[in-house]
Amino acid sequence: MSHQPNEPVVDRPPVTADVTPAPTEAELTRQTRIGGFRVPTDALRAYTMLFALVAIWIYFNYATDGIFLDPRNFSNLMRQTAVTGVLAVGMLMVIVTGNIDLSVGSLVGFIGGVAATAQAAQNGWGLVPTIFAAIVVAVGVSQAQGALVAYANIPAFIVTLGGLLAWRGFVLGMTRGETIPITLPGFKAIGQQFVTRPIGLAFALLAVAAIVWMNLRRHRARQRYGLGKTGALGLMLSIIVPSLVVVLFIRHMNASEGIPIPVIILIVVALAGAFLTQSTTFGRYLYAIGGNPEAARLSGINVRNHIWAVFCIMGVLAGVASLIYTARVGSASPDAGNLLELDAIAACVIGGTSLMGGRGTVFGACLGALFMASLDNGMSLLNVQPYSQYIIKGAILVTAVGLDMLGRKQG
Amino acid sequence: MTNTTANQTIKTNGTPDAAPFLEMRDITKTFPGVRALDGVTFDLKRGEFHALVGENGAGKSTLMKILGGVYPYPEYGGEIRIEGALKQFKSVRDAEAAGIAVIYQELSLIKEMTIGENIFLGREPRRLGVIRWDELYSRARQLLDSLRLPLDPRTPIRNLGIGQQQLVEIAKALSHEARLLVLDEPTAALTGAEVETLFGILNELRETRGVGMIYISHKLDEVFRMSDRITVLRDGRTVGTEPASALNETKVISRMVGREVGDIFPTPDHEQGGVVFEARDITVEDPNVAGKKLVDGVSFAVRRGEVLGVAGLMGAGRSDLLMAIFGAHAGRTSGEVRVEGARVRIESPADAIRHGLGFVTEDRKRFGLVLDQTILNNMTLAGLARISGRFVTNVDREAAEGNRSMRELRVKANSVFTVAGTLSGGNQQKVVLAKWLLTNPRVLFLDEPTRGIDVGAKQEIYAQINQLAKSGLAIVLVSSELPEVLGLSDRVLVLHEGRVTGEFTRNNATPEKVMACATGNVQHAA
Repeated sequence: MSHQPNEPVVDRPPVTADVTPAPTEAELTRQTRIGGFRVPTDALRAYTMLFALVAIWIYFNYATDGIFLDPRNFSNLMRQTAVTGVLAVGMLMVIVTGNIDLSVGSLVGFIGGVAATAQAAQNGWGLVPTIFAAIVVAVGVSQAQGALVAYANIPAFIVTLGGLLAWRGFVLGMTRGETIPITLPGFKAIGQQFVTRPIGLAFALLAVAAIVWMNLRRHRARQRYGLGKTGALGLMLSIIVPSLVVVLFIRHMNASEGIPIPVIILIVVALAGAFLTQSTTFGRYLYAIGGNPEAARLSGINVRNHIWAVFCIMGVLAGVASLIYTARVGSASPDAGNLLELDAIAACVIGGTSLMGGRGTVFGACLGALFMASLDNGMSLLNVQPYSQYIIKGAILVTAVGLDMLGRKQG
Repeated sequence: MTNTTANQTIKTNGTPDAAPFLEMRDITKTFPGVRALDGVTFDLKRGEFHALVGENGAGKSTLMKILGGVYPYPEYGGEIRIEGALKQFKSVRDAEAAGIAVIYQELSLIKEMTIGENIFLGREPRRLGVIRWDELYSRARQLLDSLRLPLDPRTPIRNLGIGQQQLVEIAKALSHEARLLVLDEPTAALTGAEVETLFGILNELRETRGVGMIYISHKLDEVFRMSDRITVLRDGRTVGTEPASALNETKVISRMVGREVGDIFPTPDHEQGGVVFEARDITVEDPNVAGKKLVDGVSFAVRRGEVLGVAGLMGAGRSDLLMAIFGAHAGRTSGEVRVEGARVRIESPADAIRHGLGFVTEDRKRFGLVLDQTILNNMTLAGLARISGRFVTNVDREAAEGNRSMRELRVKANSVFTVAGTLSGGNQQKVVLAKWLLTNPRVLFLDEPTRGIDVGAKQEIYAQINQLAKSGLAIVLVSSELPEVLGLSDRVLVLHEGRVTGEFTRNNATPEKVMACATGNVQHAA
């Protein structure tokens, strides 16, 4: 056969290996095959997570004769979720850039100690200065860790492992091994108060309005890009289902004492986090940095500054989480926040975040936090021994990631 | 063109042994969409020094990877015989067992281990699973002594220079009782004295032990100095094998490049304006080797509407030059850059983009794309603040720009929301190109823009480059494929070992002249 003189001939395998045949229609979006159906893999992962959450709720509710989901316990569960959830939102951003923060548990304890000391009788700071001091110290500490990671090239794992030990040392020194009670009533309110029922209802209305508006906007946008595959039914469902969830959620809260303040804080943090990661250039750059740092750098993104900034955000959120935690417990103790970093990381991972960076959503991380809190709460209600709780949580974490990896290989 | 002339092999007399030690017959290798080797025939006699030359992409490394078991049987066609016996290597181990040792350009030693550990890696002398260190080091010592290398086998590899590492690779090959050494550009990183040491050892090995050598090099003076025979490969086929005494450098160069240029390239019809971009005296130091210059005093200017081709062989410093200009090189960089006549400081890619520079990097998977993300996110990554807003993104505007780019560059995908990693190479390359066009550049640097993509996509990219130049963009095109550089460029700059060794206009650039400059034989270009 005759050979075309200009036919390209390439002899470097890493490059030639990517001369892939044109993708088939089905390969154009990542899909996983289940039985005869093809489902977009990302959606599948989110649904699996939701399904698992609903499954354990039904199980716990059944096993506790309805105590698990009754308004009183549900309110408790949500408050438990708040601390892990706030931390998980920050952790998500850190992990998306391909880093990790192991210090947040100790930091929560340390900041709790700072706040409790500030408001204690001998110092007598007011609410605003106390909160301010707590956040400033949290950001200061976290940005210093971020600077070491971003500019001194020390791996985040090492820097924050050092932080995990050091900040725990600070708490011990600061509290002299004793518990410092919170006496400021306003401070305790952060962790223990509720918003009144009418305000809760107002929130519900606001949320439903927002859901309707956003869905209509997205629907119009999809039509404009010629992607108008969602019909009227799809649109209705995507408005009605979340609206129903919101209304039921708030009704359930109001059946107890109203929405707890920590839950309000978590919702605000989660919405801000979702906005930052999904709708800003900053967020887009975080995913690019985690997905391919070299490509991000060559596209003009200042990778170091972004990593530093992410640790600053983590600091703010660790401060917020610490205030909620300390206020809820009503005191700062030497072992406060122990192992919280692992809950936050587990929440992210269970929620579909890749520890390699570049993948994960705030929504997933929050679901993960709710999942972790549900396990804690449910197992406590069932009087599962603490040692078994640890073992079960560990096994579930590894199983969840294992299933995720299996799914990824297929997809 | 037919195979009869291209594949002919001229038998020679006067080589040590008449029966060939190695025969490779009708070797064919296809990568998806690309035929890398097409009926290559090659043979080697015992103790022979046989050079294998050809342009980048001619198929030399592919051929050697088949011989070395990297591309296992039956991923290739044709047959390999050693001393007449048919061999089908399924792994590198199989090839080693048959006495073949390949020393790749990128050395494969483990830097943190000692010389001895590296030589016997995976074959450590053991008793009951416990490594016998004394035996390992005494055998390593004997090997080093036999090569007259005054090195302690307990020295970690990282303490050795590149030249010494190369010799350790050879010691490792000898420990396998290798009877055939394949050396891929062994002198690329060596100093003159190190080259002499290497050649001394190679000569001794073939004379005293009858070790045959296949020597891949772009340095023709070395090739002629050492070789018994020379085989030229071109476009994955054997052009011919002849005794070195029957050839000279000019003949070899014309065989390396001897093909028509034209067909798939658009006729350039762009008019040139004033100078947009100028680089003066760009010098880049190797971040890993102190004192070594990757780029040494390179200056050039590009005009509006001009395509400046930069030719050169692998390691000539072309990519380093672009990386340095773009503020992205890890090594120390000096020199001056002017955009529209004004001197600018570029210390990061962000600076470069701000001054209107765009850079389609080589190796799109490593440097170009975030594979997990959508086409749209990739397209808008570099120009996001301009397209979408400084802080809050506007998906409407992004999608509008993305859709326009998809149409203009003819990216084949369902929508802009398709994940980039699922696209074919050609479409991925178009996404990278779109990313840079969306930054509104004045100067566009293209580094190997068509590597590893099929002919159809290549043609589309060529047309696009021509179109962009016509619209007034200044383009700097780096490519290892000579026809590509010659077919698209208004002017060609040739680099050799970090320096400019030639500059040609479209009319006086011939493949022979460019190749001569690229191999450092400047006198042949005149």
